[in-house]
Amino acid sequence: MISSFQHTQNRSHYHQRKVGLLQRLHIDITLLILLICLSSIGILILLSAGHEDIGLLQRQVTRLGIAFLAMLVVAQIPPHILKMFAPWLFILGTILLLGVLFVGDMGKGAQRWLDLGFFRFQPSELLKLATPMAIAWYLAERRLPPRLKHIGFATVFIAIPTVLIAKQPDLGTAILIASSGIAVLFLAGISWKLITGVIAATAGLAPVLWSFMKEYQQQRVLTFLNPENDPLGAGYHIIQSKIAIGSGGIYGKGWMHGSQARLEFLPESSTDFIFAVFSEEFGLIGCIMLLTIYLLIFIRSIYIAIQAQDTFSRLLAGSLSLTFFVYLFVNVGMVTGILPVVGVPLPLVSYGGTSMVTLLIGFGILMSIHTHRKLLSS
Amino acid sequence: MKTSFDLKSSLHESRLFLSRSITLIIFVLILFVALIARLTYLQIETHEKYSDLAQNNRVKLSVINPVRGLIFDVHGRVLAENNPSYSLELVPEQVDDINLTIKKLSALLPISENDITLFEKRRKQLKRFASIPLRKRLNDTEAAIFSANRHLFPGVDIQARPLRHYPYPELTSHVVGYVGAINEKELKTIDPVNYRGSRFIGKTGVEKTYESELHGFVGYQQTENTAQGRSLKVLSHTPPLSGSNLTLNLDIELQKIAYNMLGDYTGTIAAIDTRTGAVRALVSKPGFNANLFAKGIDTVSYKALQTSTKKPLFNRALRGQYPPGSTLKPFFGLAGLEYNTIQPNEKINCPGFYRLPKQEHKYRDWKRGGHGMMNLHDSIVQSCDVYFYTLAHRLKIDRMHSFLSRFGFGQKTGLDINGEKGGLLPSREWKRRARNQAWHPGETLIAGIGQGFNLTTPLQLAHATAILANRGTAFEPSLLARIDSTLIKPMPTLPVELNNNSHWDIVLNAMYDVVNGARGTARRIKEGAPYKIAGKTGTAQVFSIKQDGKYDEENVLEHLKDHALFISFAPAKDPQLAIAVIVENGGHGGSVAAPIARAMFDQYITTSP
Repeated sequence: MISSFQHTQNRSHYHQRKVGLLQRLHIDITLLILLICLSSIGILILLSAGHEDIGLLQRQVTRLGIAFLAMLVVAQIPPHILKMFAPWLFILGTILLLGVLFVGDMGKGAQRWLDLGFFRFQPSELLKLATPMAIAWYLAERRLPPRLKHIGFATVFIAIPTVLIAKQPDLGTAILIASSGIAVLFLAGISWKLITGVIAATAGLAPVLWSFMKEYQQQRVLTFLNPENDPLGAGYHIIQSKIAIGSGGIYGKGWMHGSQARLEFLPESSTDFIFAVFSEEFGLIGCIMLLTIYLLIFIRSIYIAIQAQDTFSRLLAGSLSLTFFVYLFVNVGMVTGILPVVGVPLPLVSYGGTSMVTLLIGFGILMSIHTHRKLLSS
Repeated sequence: MKTSFDLKSSLHESRLFLSRSITLIIFVLILFVALIARLTYLQIETHEKYSDLAQNNRVKLSVINPVRGLIFDVHGRVLAENNPSYSLELVPEQVDDINLTIKKLSALLPISENDITLFEKRRKQLKRFASIPLRKRLNDTEAAIFSANRHLFPGVDIQARPLRHYPYPELTSHVVGYVGAINEKELKTIDPVNYRGSRFIGKTGVEKTYESELHGFVGYQQTENTAQGRSLKVLSHTPPLSGSNLTLNLDIELQKIAYNMLGDYTGTIAAIDTRTGAVRALVSKPGFNANLFAKGIDTVSYKALQTSTKKPLFNRALRGQYPPGSTLKPFFGLAGLEYNTIQPNEKINCPGFYRLPKQEHKYRDWKRGGHGMMNLHDSIVQSCDVYFYTLAHRLKIDRMHSFLSRFGFGQKTGLDINGEKGGLLPSREWKRRARNQAWHPGETLIAGIGQGFNLTTPLQLAHATAILANRGTAFEPSLLARIDSTLIKPMPTLPVELNNNSHWDIVLNAMYDVVNGARGTARRIKEGAPYKIAGKTGTAQVFSIKQDGKYDEENVLEHLKDHALFISFAPAKDPQLAIAVIVENGGHGGSVAAPIARAMFDQYITTSP
């Protein structure tokens, strides 16, 4: 781990000195290469998972192009400007969320979209970035580690979008937003006493809550936690997904040769369950390689956070890094049957546009943080 | 501007941040390892199992519905069963010319345009190898006609699906209730896993209350399918668990007699075995055809049931709250003795009306000329109102309330099916709470003859009669006798204990003479009975008569006529059955309601061991 650290560090210094152009364009070449690698793998696997649907592929490539462009544009904005906008973006996002609750479009049975006439927009995507930004802004204005009062306020700021989005209902996004906010709090240095206290209280409260639930509600929670109880409903996805992954073995069946997805036994094979297709075709070795790319992106991102020069940038960069990995963990966890099915796509690989744009804008912020540093030390 | 302290704190901050970042990295590495471990397990440890599953032409899961439990009466006669409903189904893949086949089938069986449109719609949604219904609910003749010609129609077959059927659809429409298609609201409260294949759910009565016992548990079947999804063989089979069979305490023969004896009247009857609390009959007339609901009722029929003036959908036996009238007199008589406000042989003059001290208003007796000098026994036998006005005035409403609540009035009896109403037993406190008004002495008087605010359900009356018959001890009324072979034990109610047990004899003797005495109000029903009945008649006013008006039976509109009531138990010395009969707009309890009870006792006491 340490060697890979130094390696990337050396490389980035190398690029900073030698390729001044990249510095001036505010591009972090390490991240860029890793992200391009990942999205290329995504396109390859989508070709197989989407049954060679060229239209589908074209749409995905177009979205990727837009997303990368958005990333580069955001990278040009210096962190202090981002900080200035942080609270306003959060307020705007929250207002839009409320708008969705009252006048939102029903898409796929959940109220997530806001129709602005010329285009449709998911306010929860805005909040994926605005929430950690706002919490980082709020805590950066105060001395760290934060006092109990400030932790309390920050918790409320996290809870508002989380609850509103969970109500839509979009549990996956709610979890991501909550974890991005909690990550900021953790990085800001809230005491371990408080952390263990909260965990203990939650563990203690769960049985109480459980005893207040009606029998059918308990049944629903059980089915949610263990979907295999319901082999024709939620459990069907998991059973089919496990067959796909397990039958892939060590080496996989080869690209375009995964029978589960090809024969349409695997539902949502090009969106939330695309990892199962990948596992079936590329096996354990492919999986380890793919997961390693994600890990490298995380490590590069957290390195950027450590290198950052002000509190806001540090907290925000750290939170974005962690959320990216949580994203991956929740998706792979649910596809492999160790987490409940909450509907989170595989970052940068699953078919679908909005979350991709948000993710890459996040990396744009990271690049901006890294390339707008004033070189004091070296 | 920056002080050294700020620099120091900033240094402290970045150290803190670094240590937290390293914690995060460790945390992420743990998650990473967990994912790899999980993948290793799936792709190496269980690889072979999943590989087989994937190889074996895919696995298809299908749901197998549990069989809903049957409902029997106490003698094992079926009250709810599952009959196969035949539907004619067609597999497109196996039929050469679908249009021609349908045309040929129409020549054999009636197939409507609507059937064909529905079939075409389903055909577009389903795969070619799926079996699609063309005609639903074939009757036996139609099924037989097709069976004889089946060889002419490859790819067409008859499928049997169970449909709930009630052999006594009107008799049991309220008490057993019915099942119907699961609606939106129910969808939110049922267990989605167990009801995955279920189309019906209990809507009322026993079917609703014992839904979880009757439903059973869903089963699954894994079949091996071809790549096109046609099933080849069964791989695994988790059998469903059938619902429990319920045996009720109800005696359907007794129920039938009660229902038929009501004739064209609207009314309700409850009969309880005094020895166990077993509900032997629970009638609400008119009933309706419960089978219509089980099949899926059409809107026209439903509207007709809903708007009918006789309210057939209303369960009078549980939810009908009637003024009990004079049937409360034995209870008030007992209260008078217990509180020592009257002596057993004390005589009170009945001039045909009663006046409160210093008031002009006349509270009338039903007998215009009055009954003359009356003691308690005679006043119950002849149902003298003035005697009970006097008694009520001495008792006062709160003592009346507390004594009668010991017999279960004003509260639910605890019958084991949903939807029971509790009636109303008025008190000072109730009136203040519910109406925010003070209690008037005149209201005590009319409460004393079971009018005014008093409301009871037939079930409450039968239960209270059973307590009376047993001299204080009784059981909670219950419909369920057995779940499969598990017996349900009777639950005793809190016994009513009197200061002086001879008080029971006084009141019970009076009830005996209501039927068997020379002047009893129900003396007509004693003829030819090989056992003795004790009872009390009641006539409840539906509307009030003006101060000096006269109730003219001939000229009162049908729906304003008095309700006829009769409570009774038999055999008088060794009670077995307590019955409460309420005949809406039936007139006099003695002439209309009492004969129904007699017919029921004849059936029950002569056939019961």
